[in-house]
Amino acid sequence: MNSSLKRFVKGNLTLRGIALFYIGLLIILPVIAITTEAFKGGIPNLWKQITLPQALFSLKFTFIIALIMLVINIITGTATAWVLVRYDFPLKKTINALIDIPFAIPTVVTGMMLVVLCGPRSLIGEFFGKHGIEIIYNKPGIILALIFVTFPFVVRSVQPVLIEMERDMEEAAQTLGASKFKVFFHIVLPTILPSILTGAALSFSRALGEFGSIVIVAGNIPMKTQVASVYIYGEIESANIQSGLGTAVVLLLSSFIVLIFLNFIQRWSNKYGK
Amino acid sequence: MENKTNCVEVVRKQKQAGKWVLISFVLLWFFVLIIFPLIGIVRETFKNAISVITSSLSSTASTHAFWLTILITFVAVVINTIFGTIMAIVFAKQNFKGKLFLESLIDLPFAVSPIVAGFMFVILFGPGGWIGSWFYSMNIKIIYALPGMIIATLFVTLPFVAKEIIPVLREFGIEQDEAALILGASQWQIFWKVTLPSIRWGLAYGVTLTIARSIGEFGAVLVVSGSIINKTQTATLRIHDQFTDLNYAGAFSAALILALISFIILNLIQYAQKRKKRI
Amino acid sequence: MSGIMVKNITKKFGDFIAVNNVSFDVKEGELAALLGPSGSGKSTLLRIIAGLENPDMGQIFLTGKDVTPLRTQKRNVGFVFQHYALFKHMTVEKNIAFGLEIQKKDKKEIKQKVEELIDLVKLNGYNKHYPSQLSGGQRQRVALARALATEPKVLLLDEPFGSLDAKVRKNLAQWIRDLHNRVNVTSVFVTHDQNEAIEISDKIIVINRGKVEQIGNATDVYEHPKSKFVASFVGNVNVINANIKKNHIVITGTKEKIQFKEKTEINFQNIVLLIRPEDIIVKDNSTEDTVPCIINGIYYRGSFYEVDLKVGTNNVKSLVPKEDFFKFEWRKGTKVYIRFRKFKIFEASEGHKKVHEMLKQLGYIE
Repeated sequence: MNSSLKRFVKGNLTLRGIALFYIGLLIILPVIAITTEAFKGGIPNLWKQITLPQALFSLKFTFIIALIMLVINIITGTATAWVLVRYDFPLKKTINALIDIPFAIPTVVTGMMLVVLCGPRSLIGEFFGKHGIEIIYNKPGIILALIFVTFPFVVRSVQPVLIEMERDMEEAAQTLGASKFKVFFHIVLPTILPSILTGAALSFSRALGEFGSIVIVAGNIPMKTQVASVYIYGEIESANIQSGLGTAVVLLLSSFIVLIFLNFIQRWSNKYGK
Repeated sequence: MENKTNCVEVVRKQKQAGKWVLISFVLLWFFVLIIFPLIGIVRETFKNAISVITSSLSSTASTHAFWLTILITFVAVVINTIFGTIMAIVFAKQNFKGKLFLESLIDLPFAVSPIVAGFMFVILFGPGGWIGSWFYSMNIKIIYALPGMIIATLFVTLPFVAKEIIPVLREFGIEQDEAALILGASQWQIFWKVTLPSIRWGLAYGVTLTIARSIGEFGAVLVVSGSIINKTQTATLRIHDQFTDLNYAGAFSAALILALISFIILNLIQYAQKRKKRI
Repeated sequence: MSGIMVKNITKKFGDFIAVNNVSFDVKEGELAALLGPSGSGKSTLLRIIAGLENPDMGQIFLTGKDVTPLRTQKRNVGFVFQHYALFKHMTVEKNIAFGLEIQKKDKKEIKQKVEELIDLVKLNGYNKHYPSQLSGGQRQRVALARALATEPKVLLLDEPFGSLDAKVRKNLAQWIRDLHNRVNVTSVFVTHDQNEAIEISDKIIVINRGKVEQIGNATDVYEHPKSKFVASFVGNVNVINANIKKNHIVITGTKEKIQFKEKTEINFQNIVLLIRPEDIIVKDNSTEDTVPCIINGIYYRGSFYEVDLKVGTNNVKSLVPKEDFFKFEWRKGTKVYIRFRKFKIFEASEGHKKVHEMLKQLGYIE
């Protein structure tokens, strides 16, 4: 490569320096700062903070709720992507365009929409309320909020793979006598699995950290409907920095694990080639 | 013969039935999850008289909040567009040790809870923090002030521009750069005349996503701002405040405006995405 | 005067030596081909001439001037990329005008020049088209016009026909030859296709594993290959294993001998004969210098027949003119006799050199 182009692009240390500085300042340094702060009082102390009944409950609660959301989203997300790619029906284009709405709408607004729709004063809320089921300010509301804010992840990561997937593989399987279900489970699913897992991982990490919609929808009652991020916020507000740190570090660690998992999937799906 | 056609007919109908069951399931799900809530918020807003809506929107606190949101969004977009493009060029075209690790680190803001993000900045830039203490000694306040809110917004929107451009640049390769070089173009000419035009739709897509996220960001900004009325209260914080104060008219009218903005941005996103695919 | 002079160029990528002490010379106005298999270093060499890569050693002279320290922008070379590298966001005329606009030429002048070039590459009417709206051949011509716009001292083309289909490739190759005759700019093109090289170039530089194997015109390279690699890479060649015993060449796996005209006293094991298919003459009767063999297959090839023959353990191909073929009733299994019009023996060891000398004297090789 020409020395000048090399200097400009390939080996430009100024550009690289700027990029590294920015990442360092905004990502690496804050992560190091919070981790150092958390470990300042020693590991036993940190462990004590994490295992405080309220903290521990909020973490467990968050993971369980996120897992429930995950199962629902994987199924409905894949089905939606499938329908949007493979079938023709009225309103298809509009619906396809509206899938991204949850990404565009502020999470606080999302929370409020759900309260309006399913709150105790709403039609749906009243109906379920009569049967003793509380949606808003309880678990169903939280799950609903999480499903809403993470809905596009699975759809949008599966869709392009389905579009590009060659139909001849399926047709080959059909000529070899495979039934529709066999074709789906043996041919289609393995092909789109990496993209499903990618979407799932993204929605899982989003669900673990979601705050805006949940703080409005959930009752935020400790040991009952309080998720981890709401717990941390409460601790910060009441200046219990140390007890907030423990939970925050666990959430941060989970984010890193999700990132590693995503990298792993990417490498794995690259192996199939293009 | 007749039997046979009947059989075919039955099989066809069964296939059709399966298809329509799936379609109606998805449609139903979609309406319950997305359309109903949207309708709900519109209905709730207009339950109140228009006069109530306008008065609550034009209150100084609300106006201030909207202007603050616009200011933060603008600053975040400008800064992250510049740094995002630089990061993209570095990651797409340079090779160095630890590149893979750093590139996946860019995704961290997507994966981390906004509350944890805000928390990190409170610790780093707070009065007792490594960087914050230095600024405080010079009487510059970052946390519970505008700089902190901008930094938090920069963090949560950091990946958008970079992540959109990196694949475009990679696919674009180096050949066109070289062609321009041979024709005598300088480095800046190559960037403005060749590189930038070819990444423009990817860039536009990244920018719209950045705008959407900046406007909507709540958790991270809440933690670093303290949500002080007329000072550090953005639109989303204001909505939340009004909602918890049971001022539904104000909350919902402001929410509706944000939802409308989101809708416009959504359309921009889709336009940019379509153009991105074309070129 | 030399248009391009490459002097002792060496380029390493890590431990890999891509170009190994290469030197050659292209006269002004010449069209030269850098011919070699993929990975032979020919593209790297072209990029070094353009200044897109820096050599580890050696110098590049363009029209007599040492340009080694010059940046790409200052070398004034035209470069046609393998995949054209057209600016996708610019129209045909914008692409062609790019270099001139960089030079801040007068607008009127640019317009005129662009029109001229569009006319030259026969793309009239395509001024406002984008690269994505053009066919492969058209894109190629835009790339060529763009490269020629700044009136470069030399034109470099990297696999210019590589990504085109056979028919377009052939037409375009001929067209480039004609164009070169008109524009007459010193040109070097990289190719892995011997036919392209033979058809249109004044000079062929055969490169293998980063080294120059041979430089010469098409006839030189085809008729007088200097190495086994050149012989087998340029054109088809039969490889026959044999031994030399006294005054005979004994083909491996047979007892048949080709007798030398004169008596010699050389013995040599395991030599390799390289013979072009058209230099194997198939006959019906045996003479002193023939070898019997069996026909293994006959393939109609239009103007001639391709005949597969088995000689001992060797399989060889011969090209038989139609009229010769019809004289005899040949079919699979027929026993025939072949004579070698000429052949080459390559191997550099001392003994072989002697063999070589001897065969030269005998008139088997030049």
